[in-house]
Amino acid sequence: MTDAIVPSRSPAATHLPAAPQRVRGYWGSVWRRLRYDYVTLFCLVLILIIVASAVFAPELAPLDPYKSSMAHRLKPIGYRNYLLGTDEQGRDMLSRLLFGGRVSLSMGILPVVLATAIGGLFGVLAGYYGGKVNTVIMRTMDVFFAFPSVLLAVAISGSLGGGIVNQLLTLTIVLIPPLCRVAETATAQVRTMDFVDAARATGASTLSILFTHVIINVMSPVVVYASTLVSVSIILASGLSFLGLGVSPPTADWGLMLSTLRQSIYVQPWVSAIPGIAILVTSIAFNLVSDGLRQAMDVRS
Amino acid sequence: MNDMSPPAVAAVPRPEPFVRVEDLRVTFVSRDATVRAVNGISFDLERGKVLCVIGESGSGKSVMMRSLLRLHPKGRTVIEGGMRVGEHDIASIGDRTMTKLRGSLVSMVFQEPMTALDPLYTVGEQIAETVRRHEKVSREAAWARALELLELVRVPSPERRLKAYPHELSGGLRQRIVIAMALSCRPSLLLADEPTTALDASVQIQILVLLRRIQREMGMAMIFVTHDLGVAAQIADEVAVMYAGRIIEYGDARDVLVAPKHPYTRAMLASTAKDQGRDHPLEAIAGSPPDLRALPDGCSFAPRCAHAGPDCTRAVPAPVTDLRRHMARCVRTRLKAGLLTFDPGVAGDPAVREGIDLAARSSPAHCASA
Amino acid sequence: MIHPIAVAGGSHPSPDPRDRGGPAQPMLIVQGLKKSFPIRAGLLNRTVAEVRAVDDVSFVVVKGETLGIVGESGCGKSTLARLLMHLIPKDAGQLVLDGDPVGEARGVMLDELRRSLQMVFQDSASSLNPRLPIEQSIAYGPRVQGASGSSAKAQARSLMEKVGLNPSLFGQRYPHELSGGQKQRVNIARALALDPRLLILDEAVSALDKSVEAQVLNLLGVLKRQLNLTYIFISHDLHVVRYISDRVLVMYLGQVVEIGPVDAIYDDPKHPYTQALLACRLSMDPEARVEAAPLAGDPPSPVSPPPGCRFHTRCPFVEEICKTAAPVLGDVLALAPERHLAACHMVQPGSGHSRAPDRVGVH
Repeated sequence: MTDAIVPSRSPAATHLPAAPQRVRGYWGSVWRRLRYDYVTLFCLVLILIIVASAVFAPELAPLDPYKSSMAHRLKPIGYRNYLLGTDEQGRDMLSRLLFGGRVSLSMGILPVVLATAIGGLFGVLAGYYGGKVNTVIMRTMDVFFAFPSVLLAVAISGSLGGGIVNQLLTLTIVLIPPLCRVAETATAQVRTMDFVDAARATGASTLSILFTHVIINVMSPVVVYASTLVSVSIILASGLSFLGLGVSPPTADWGLMLSTLRQSIYVQPWVSAIPGIAILVTSIAFNLVSDGLRQAMDVRS
Repeated sequence: MNDMSPPAVAAVPRPEPFVRVEDLRVTFVSRDATVRAVNGISFDLERGKVLCVIGESGSGKSVMMRSLLRLHPKGRTVIEGGMRVGEHDIASIGDRTMTKLRGSLVSMVFQEPMTALDPLYTVGEQIAETVRRHEKVSREAAWARALELLELVRVPSPERRLKAYPHELSGGLRQRIVIAMALSCRPSLLLADEPTTALDASVQIQILVLLRRIQREMGMAMIFVTHDLGVAAQIADEVAVMYAGRIIEYGDARDVLVAPKHPYTRAMLASTAKDQGRDHPLEAIAGSPPDLRALPDGCSFAPRCAHAGPDCTRAVPAPVTDLRRHMARCVRTRLKAGLLTFDPGVAGDPAVREGIDLAARSSPAHCASA
Repeated sequence: MIHPIAVAGGSHPSPDPRDRGGPAQPMLIVQGLKKSFPIRAGLLNRTVAEVRAVDDVSFVVVKGETLGIVGESGCGKSTLARLLMHLIPKDAGQLVLDGDPVGEARGVMLDELRRSLQMVFQDSASSLNPRLPIEQSIAYGPRVQGASGSSAKAQARSLMEKVGLNPSLFGQRYPHELSGGQKQRVNIARALALDPRLLILDEAVSALDKSVEAQVLNLLGVLKRQLNLTYIFISHDLHVVRYISDRVLVMYLGQVVEIGPVDAIYDDPKHPYTQALLACRLSMDPEARVEAAPLAGDPPSPVSPPPGCRFHTRCPFVEEICKTAAPVLGDVLALAPERHLAACHMVQPGSGHSRAPDRVGVH
């Protein structure tokens, strides 16, 4: 009871103060709001399907994605047992799409995860300490920020060379500055809150304050922002492959497929468009999910 | 249901009220809950009078006032009941007309002056713009009017302030500017939502004196929302005390503030730290205000009331109004010689008393539901 | 040098085992505390001006008392609170906690100060970590000071009971699920978790509804007696300060303008600023309205405070001397704490103000 030690008259002491009956945590309340957001739910399911089909590509693919056949080049959708037709080397499009998803999705998600960890760490440090630490970290980030992301990616991967690992590295470097900026802004905001001062007043170490009080509050804006970057990363990766700076043929990758099928656009327009459609659908789904997440994670709503 | 009309015996001819609110109900509907913020309030306000609406956070006082300007988000708000200002039926007029009336017929002053001002424009540009939005006047005439308005709200060296940006001004000056903007089109009704709460005491009193003077000079009606009984005493002609979306006491400012009849108003007065002896504890009101998503049955204040009994939870107490138009909604208030009296010994009316046993049995349920 | 101050009269709290300096040793002596914030501008981030938020403030806090600090926004009362808590570094001055200077080789270390001195913040969106269940918020302090997880938790639960919150009902709730009054109880419990002796309450009830404010004030009274606490109560609400304080300190633009026992301040204010502040209190009676505001204008900016007496720009009794010479408060550290002192030329004998008394014989 709130009136337990108030010595004045306390009638109807059984009256409970206003509060929801069921106590649920933060993530519980996020899920409760998300549950009614059908667009986000639909996109989540879509992403799950895309991810699952990439993971289980070896099981799902009807044919060998690398087996070419001169006889069956550029066949239309639904030709014989080629469900989505064939590419310019007569390889099965569906199988290549499934296997290509493995590379493209990894290039969407892995760099974002890495960049969130690295950029987030620097951003939190810059935001919490301010002053010179902030100046050093943020001005360094500004150097990278000064270039358009595509240009930066091309420049870095140009100097690093092609290949999956280098492409991963390139994308991570490109994504660090924006994530660092978001983490810095959010941290600087949390830093001014009274509860941080209250924690400092208990004599807590900076590390303890960062972990118990700061990161937990900085996480949701950073996670939401990171989720919007997944689609950016997919598109950048595809772009690099398209330009020949990413994975090298014959590896199946959506960007690379789009690049090589480009010459056949007048012969088989629909087949050529398939990898593009895959990139488009996946990135839109990721974007819509991050939009929904942002709304659901807003405690005030 | 016309709560506020005087009983037949006291039928003194009264001027036609300028503002009439009848059985206003405001409900916010969302996926999670239905919040009943205003639950049937009615009042009249004459031209040139100040009505102070007193209540704690969540009492519905600001919601009620925003309804008079139809400021609530459309999709999620259900507004029922009648609202009339002058000859305009606020509840039914079209959005176009409503937009025109905002500022010219009804105007509003908010609590936080910084959010009401655009940081990118000078004070003069903003006031002149407001004037020109409603009246077809030249730029120069609008600027002259802005200067006039700043003089009206007693801003020192007004010519210089017109060229100032909001962040260059102190909190008190900003609130004066916001008031000047609200007055720019000579509204007949001014709504003030805790306009002095964010200010220092010394500035608060300046603004209260100013508002009172302007209101008198312009003959405006004013509805002033506050949680502070002292502020209400400064500015009100009439006072309405709100609790859980209902007016639970209403009357002449002096009647309500000096001799309140509802246990809630009485407890509020008794619990203020003003002039209380240091040696004994304050008479605090136990508990917290009710959850508007699940209001208790009957009197909403009963769970916290020192005089509550089973008869309080049966039905929402009917308003009792006396000769002086002093109204209270409490089963313990009675008319004695035409005047309202509070008698803690009185039980609700006999019809209710029959239900005591039943209510007593069901009362734990109502307590838990809050 | 600071000498232990003998407190004449007044009831001492019962001896506390945590006492080091004896009952007559003030809980806290603040001497010449100064803090200014630079205002930077321009490309090179050069300091163009400074806000003198706290400017040479000295006072003592007697054991077991409640010292009320009042003043308008910008007077430096919140900065003062943060300086006392060592949340921001001071420019100059010294703190003496129960006889030992803080942060010096022979004195108390910061860690010990942390335990003895805690702060209750204003109830606001930012006073509690929104992502932490309140039990964890309260248990955080003991955990930091080395308590085991289970003992910190047990302590948090017993503190919740002390402040009137049922631990099994509220322990796992998040701040947004609590009302303002409940959050403030949590704030108080968190401050008490390190078993402090002096609590700084910075506008601790200002954001609460009136009916809840009384509950929290009562709670503070009960806790003070139970736990043998000393309070510094910072507020702009003069009614509340009168109710809760034993002595009152009035601040204006970073300086102490008047200090004294609560009744002396309220019944016989010496400084024109205190008089004006008190006149700004609102009566509950509509027939006793204030028709003219006691103070004109806003407080001047602390960036460039006026010379002489800082209040002279708003003072009704201003004379030439006020514009040139700054009045002194008197040696608050050497005089008995129950002395009533005001920094005004009108109470200083022979100051040159026409209203100043002739001989020594001030209050």
